[in-house]
Amino acid sequence: MSSIPDLSVEISGFKMKNPTMLAAGILGVSIPLLRRVLEAGAGGVVTKSIGVGQRKGYETPNIVEVSCGYVNAVGLSNPGIDEFLEELQKSDISDMPIIVSIFGKSEMEFFELVSKLDKTDVKGFELNLSCPHVSGVGAEIGSDPNMVYKITKEVKRCSKKPIFVKISPNVTDHIEIARAAEDGGADGIVAINTLRAMVIDIETGRPILSNRVGGLSGPAIKPVAVRYVYDISRNVKIPVIGCGGINHWEDAIEFMLAGASAVQIGTAIAYKGLNVFNEILYGISEYLKRKGHHSVKEIVGLSHKF
Amino acid sequence: MFRYQADKPIDRPRIVSVKAVEDESPIVRTIYFDDEKCSEALPGQFIMVWIPGVKELPISLSLPSKKGNSAITVKPIGPGTNALYNVKPGDKIGVRGPYGTPFQPTNGKVLIVGGGTGLAPLSLLCYKYISYYTHITVIVGARTSNQLLFIDKFQDILKGKGRIIVTTDDGSKGYRGFASEVAEKLIKTEDFDMVYTCGPELMMKAIFKASEERGVAIQASLERVMRCGFGICGSCCIDRYLVCKDGPVFNTHQLRIMQDELGVYSRDYSGRRVNIH
Repeated sequence: MSSIPDLSVEISGFKMKNPTMLAAGILGVSIPLLRRVLEAGAGGVVTKSIGVGQRKGYETPNIVEVSCGYVNAVGLSNPGIDEFLEELQKSDISDMPIIVSIFGKSEMEFFELVSKLDKTDVKGFELNLSCPHVSGVGAEIGSDPNMVYKITKEVKRCSKKPIFVKISPNVTDHIEIARAAEDGGADGIVAINTLRAMVIDIETGRPILSNRVGGLSGPAIKPVAVRYVYDISRNVKIPVIGCGGINHWEDAIEFMLAGASAVQIGTAIAYKGLNVFNEILYGISEYLKRKGHHSVKEIVGLSHKF
Repeated sequence: MFRYQADKPIDRPRIVSVKAVEDESPIVRTIYFDDEKCSEALPGQFIMVWIPGVKELPISLSLPSKKGNSAITVKPIGPGTNALYNVKPGDKIGVRGPYGTPFQPTNGKVLIVGGGTGLAPLSLLCYKYISYYTHITVIVGARTSNQLLFIDKFQDILKGKGRIIVTTDDGSKGYRGFASEVAEKLIKTEDFDMVYTCGPELMMKAIFKASEERGVAIQASLERVMRCGFGICGSCCIDRYLVCKDGPVFNTHQLRIMQDELGVYSRDYSGRRVNIH
């Protein structure tokens, strides 16, 4: 009789009952809603990116479907750190594996965000150094290894909680960026954010997104993301969390074989709803049993030997 | 299960021509257009309407197909709705959807309460499910008499199967006061198999409370800021629900769960809480 495989993971002190997480930017900042995602099966959740001030985001349309994915430019809409702190205070989050995604345009802004959030029960931080469609933040900072190093170091200085750095595929040398984050003291790398993309409506001739360009997510970017995870996990010592087009349990397995210790799911929710977490977990569990593994940790990076 | 297929229809704006526009009141207009998917929508479902160069907006489908058309009913209250209100026959708009949960029909005696443009999805409900009902009471509420919507249409649909009660806040026609006041009295004194409501959230909250006290089932159509329309951006959250995907029509059980937020606050585009007055 095969025993039930152990799906629990611990990534640099961040504990989850399984390796699936809600990706940043999806489903917002409402704590009751994030709790529902956890009840649906997710091992952890990442909030929408929070900045120092309130941001409305871009005018709609903000998202458009394409074959094999979506292109979105929401524009880092968020209520600002002080309002978000109130949101956190409304609910007891002590039992929630919740990571707050944060963005800023300088070390000072990251310092302000982390020093305020560090006192709360959030379990860690994900630095959004990769948003592809807002100027002065995200990928614009995340494509400069020196800035990545400095911001990561600053954040590490003001918190003992795990810090993950989410990196962009829209950079010249992703390994250099991942190493800069590692040198700055990051506890993990999240790879990847969306790819810069654009959609034009041929009847009107207009770009559909109000921001004209956005970020492509979904099945279209999966092979790209797998390669980034593979590359990065072979070149840094810290854990890598995979993200990009994970839609089926097979995708999750592929990311883990490539070197991901956990996987983040976003766009798949548009196709399958929150049931996607259970579906993926069931598939992972059956795969591990069939392959004779006792723990999901055993398959992380297995493809590196070839 | 999603697998990429070259022939899979992609859910992006379908560009359609405006066929006709019709004034429902001095400040509300119905816009007719051709779209097969929209004409198959169920009452309560909504679409995302793109006014190219201006904005994309969530709007309920309001009237049954008129020579194969679909219809939305709009009141100008901001740049997006202003632009939509002013479209002319022949203008191009984009539509995607329909999205969301519809009203569920029920057999028996029903109460339908609409305030302002909240009457829009309720009129489609009446058209579609008239045969299910043994008796219908429609409360049509507005601020003032020239803002009352669809009264002639409801008279046509009901055909002696029920009654229409008109309320205006200023008393310029019908009962003077809120639609919710009349609804609360009726719920207390009569037996309904279902209450359907759409309109200002405080009105719906009052009606929900009265329904709860009497143990009557209710379905309410809510409104929130929306971006995606299909349950991924989270802009339209209310407690643990998404108005775009779990709603816009919510049942008694769901309304109970969201009671701390219903009629208390909504959220703006940033996600910041805004009190509902």
